Amino acid sequence: MSEHFLIQGGVVSDGARVDIEIKAGVIAALGVDIAAPGAEVLDATSMVVLPGFVDLHTHLREPGRENSETIATGSLAAARGGYVAVSAMANTLPVADSAAIVEQVAAIGKAVGLVDVFPIGAVTKGLEGRELSDLASMAHSKASVRVFSDDGNCVSDPLVMRRALEYVKQFDGVIAQHAQDPRLTEGSQMNEGLTSSTLGLKGWPSVAEESIIARDILLANLVGARLHICHVTTRGGVEIIRWAKSQGMKVSAEVTPHHLILTDESAHSYDPIYKVNPPLRTADDVLAVQEALIDGTIDILATDHAPHPVESKECEWQSAAFGMVGLETAFPILFTTLIKSGRMSWMRAVEVMSTTPAAIAGYTHHGRKIAVGEPAHLAIVDPAAMWEVDRATLASKSKNTPFHGMKLSGSVVATFFNGHLTHKVGN
Amino acid sequence: MNHLLSINDIDKEFAIRILDTAIEMAKVSDGPVKKLPTLRGKTVVNLFAEDSTRTRISFEAAAKRLSADVINFTAKGSSISKGESLKDTAQTLQALGADAVVIRHPASGAAQQLAQGRWVHGSVINAGDGTHEHPSQALLDAYTIRKHLRGNTGDLTGLRVAIVGDILHSRVARSNILLLKKLGADVVLVAPPTLIPVFASQWGVEISYDFNAILPTVDAVIMLRIQQERMSDLYFPSEREYSSLFGIDAERLALTKPGSIIMHPGPMNRGLEITAEVADSKQSVVVEQVSNGVAIRMAILYLFIAGNQEG
Repeated sequence: MSEHFLIQGGVVSDGARVDIEIKAGVIAALGVDIAAPGAEVLDATSMVVLPGFVDLHTHLREPGRENSETIATGSLAAARGGYVAVSAMANTLPVADSAAIVEQVAAIGKAVGLVDVFPIGAVTKGLEGRELSDLASMAHSKASVRVFSDDGNCVSDPLVMRRALEYVKQFDGVIAQHAQDPRLTEGSQMNEGLTSSTLGLKGWPSVAEESIIARDILLANLVGARLHICHVTTRGGVEIIRWAKSQGMKVSAEVTPHHLILTDESAHSYDPIYKVNPPLRTADDVLAVQEALIDGTIDILATDHAPHPVESKECEWQSAAFGMVGLETAFPILFTTLIKSGRMSWMRAVEVMSTTPAAIAGYTHHGRKIAVGEPAHLAIVDPAAMWEVDRATLASKSKNTPFHGMKLSGSVVATFFNGHLTHKVGN
Repeated sequence: MNHLLSINDIDKEFAIRILDTAIEMAKVSDGPVKKLPTLRGKTVVNLFAEDSTRTRISFEAAAKRLSADVINFTAKGSSISKGESLKDTAQTLQALGADAVVIRHPASGAAQQLAQGRWVHGSVINAGDGTHEHPSQALLDAYTIRKHLRGNTGDLTGLRVAIVGDILHSRVARSNILLLKKLGADVVLVAPPTLIPVFASQWGVEISYDFNAILPTVDAVIMLRIQQERMSDLYFPSEREYSSLFGIDAERLALTKPGSIIMHPGPMNRGLEITAEVADSKQSVVVEQVSNGVAIRMAILYLFIAGNQEG
């Protein structure tokens, strides 16, 4: 792999056309008609060059569930999606609730070398919601964990949540909450609404998400802590976050690609490929989260990439696993739903895909502007490309994408991570 | 391929054709030789992944009266209870060469998945999937109502039917609502608000919490079985309170319209949603529903399997 590149003729997010020279892992030169003798030239005419993407919510499944995904296959899927950093969720086997596990995950990620793999630590031991994990030990480990989450489970006990929020202040950590009241969602299968009533599938009401968001915003404010809300799906949740931000409270939020485009009506097929937690909501909720991502109420796009083997999805809906893979389709979904029509600017796209997730998680090496001397983390995208998703071609070990057969606009044609070309279309 | 997965799969005209065909089938059941050669050489598999006595034997009797070979595949002791996937079970059945699979399954959507997944080649007949639908029950209920109140002919326009009880968890209610409305009847759901599904009003039905006020206004009352575990899930405080508000007893029977009928898909919880007095009263057609069930299922098997031959 050549380590000296010249990206020619691409446009950056402010609309300027520049050539970018990459050498020794950094952006070596930037300007019009750069000469870079010996460099491998990439023609980026009609392409857009963006800071490499950062995902704050990725299930890599290793250790323990390597039949679904490994750090290696997940890293490759991330690179294909334009990502240069992912945040490995803690619900592995064993759970990432100790320094040993997070260091192991980080070390494997580093050895794979396709993206930075930042482990997320579990808030509570075993994700059980009762006792705090060794949060500071994980923060001070070689993995330098700053984001903590019991994702998959909600930290539902208000006292446990308060203590966690308070405790991680000592190292500027942040709790990423999976907002789901467990009592209101026992046995829940999909969004509670007309569709769930008609299909006879047990409902997951919006209020189970919104009540936890409201409670945790108040708790975080009480103790002066930062709070991050995972995968917001409802209009009500958006309104509560909007209010909190208007009060100057320290809350950030994410939305997934699938919640930007799919609705609960897809469950009419009874195809568990559409079964996900939190569930797909109504068209009105989709509109609300889209608007919130555009106006900044929701800060970032996060994939909630959740690989599952075929047998976990090729079964009855109520027996199927929750979750969808998303790393490789995230940008095309964002482009197709919001950027293509002009509702979201390229500047805002850079914030939601790169700058802001890096800032929330404290990944200082990421989300930086495209400038000389900066690390060469770049995603090159082709806005004119049309892509029919074919699950067989996904790099992820699991193929549980709801977008199979869907035609999406915009594709990631190349990714640079620390100056290495980690993905190039056609390779 | 013809499947009966939901009442949405049939239009009004076809629903009436099923009811009319069932009249002919009932004559067979009432005759000295209870058998027709229609499905000779055909195989019907009853795939029952959930306990059910009356629906299974009803489908079995129906298939046998049409001379089909019947294979019963039930959950207890079978590989289904050992966690075998629906797909694997279906492929086993396919290897048996089923012309129709009658499926009862605890998962909503199982019948549709069986049909969509092309895991079997024959017709899929939904005999109750989770809390979704139970189309053959709705057809036999419509048959029973039409027989008593419309002289066994035409549709149900102008009739008003109450469905009372645990609508939320009832596949019978979902199919009945769709079919009764398709046939022109008005439907009123009577239950505590905890047992009415969200947005049920968008189904084009009336909703009431006052059983006494509704009783004099309806031509048929369909009582639903109330399961005792609903109490521990906090849907209502006690059996006594449920019974006093939404059960039917002799006192409430006296409020009904003359000539109206009382129905129940069974099995009944006598003393809970229906008292013995009412269940055994002249207005009760519960026992007749069972015999009508065989005729309706004969009509369904005949029309769906024979339909495949034509196609």
